[in-house]
Amino acid sequence: MLNQFLADAVEFLPTLLSGLGLTVGITITALLVSVILGLTWALMGMSKFAVVRGISRTVINVVRGIPIIVQLFYIYFVLPELGIRLDAFLAGALGLGIAYSVYQAENFRAGFASVDPSLLEAAQSLGMSEHTILRRVIFPLAIRVSLPPFGNTAIMLLKDSSIASTITVAELTRAGQLLAASTFKNMSIYTLIALLYLLMSLPLTFMVSGLERRFKRK
Amino acid sequence: MITLKNVSKIFGDRTVLRDITFEIAKGEVICLIGSSGSGKSTLLRCINGLERHDGGDITVEGIPVSPQTLKGVRSKIAMVFQRFNLFPHRTALQNVIEGPVHVLGRAPRDAEKAGRSLLERVGLGDRCDAYPSELSGGEQQRVGIARALAMNPTAILFDEPTSALDPERVGEVLKVMRGVAADGITMIVVTHEMSFARQVADRVLFMDDGYIVENGSAEEVLTRPRVARTREFLDRVLNPV
Repeated sequence: MLNQFLADAVEFLPTLLSGLGLTVGITITALLVSVILGLTWALMGMSKFAVVRGISRTVINVVRGIPIIVQLFYIYFVLPELGIRLDAFLAGALGLGIAYSVYQAENFRAGFASVDPSLLEAAQSLGMSEHTILRRVIFPLAIRVSLPPFGNTAIMLLKDSSIASTITVAELTRAGQLLAASTFKNMSIYTLIALLYLLMSLPLTFMVSGLERRFKRK
Repeated sequence: MITLKNVSKIFGDRTVLRDITFEIAKGEVICLIGSSGSGKSTLLRCINGLERHDGGDITVEGIPVSPQTLKGVRSKIAMVFQRFNLFPHRTALQNVIEGPVHVLGRAPRDAEKAGRSLLERVGLGDRCDAYPSELSGGEQQRVGIARALAMNPTAILFDEPTSALDPERVGEVLKVMRGVAADGITMIVVTHEMSFARQVADRVLFMDDGYIVENGSAEEVLTRPRVARTREFLDRVLNPV
């Protein structure tokens, strides 16, 4: 049985690896989008203007309340009717990025909230501008709190990138599905897929806990 | 160098500063005393704009304190906090050079050299690379004073600098503060340390319910107070049991 599995692995891996490439691409792009948007929502949430805070809260509640798969369908199938046409990869990465930005916003918000306001006063009394305070005091302290949940979010995003298969992106899960449908080697193929996802998520886990340890020392 | 004229401050429906008027000359050491809630800290925080005063005028070297002038005002006036407020992610030396490098734009190497000699001066020459969490309260407060001095201020505001310290750590901080006073830096000190006020202050102000009710030499205010409330306060502070 093991021999059979190894033989299948040799046969199917090249196809699966090309899917894996797309999975990595979608995950990294979506992660980037989610960080930029998440940071935007979190900063807007701290604004002194009630309207800005309201917009941030509304976006977060709306996006969080709609299933990711529906958001992807919306971007891929509905937007073209409005004249906005994105290819499947871009639609998937953008959709996942938007969907995940609200979780990132929560991670960042918790980080910002953890910064002792008395440190902001110390920074102000030194004459620091708001921008310098963000860069020198708030970000470096907030990241210590935001990083562990950020790691979890990144791993969840990696796994949820498989949802992009529903809008025809031939990423790892989709590539495997197609193979399985034509060869009926379900056990070998889905085992390989599971192993490949693990292979990607475990290093991510180790990286995050390594960074955490580095920050904690200080 | 600092003048306050009819300054008032209101929090919600509570008036914490009423009609505060006084002047501080360059190099003067002023101790601000009074029970908690009398408005001492708020007064201090209005001078460098951490709180915005609601009425009257505050000027620092002729510049009126307002949101537009804060940067300039804060570059002249440093502050030392009750709970130190050191940046926990930076070493003692990094805390000290943070302002010079990132506000005044000094070259890091020069700032470091100056920072080391400041830490030397407050008796922490060997703790430059320690993080705040590795320092005692007294040591942290001395770093706080070095951080204030690093900005080369004309005045330093001290907000109860020894109130959060273990009693045996108070002396080391007061000693450093005496040194600062001897260097001719203008100081406004909110404090409960009456012996420090008596020995170092050029003038003592007693605050009660948002008013300045005494304003005179340490000798006058502490031994011959004009009003009953000051006598009661001093009696409570000097003879707690």
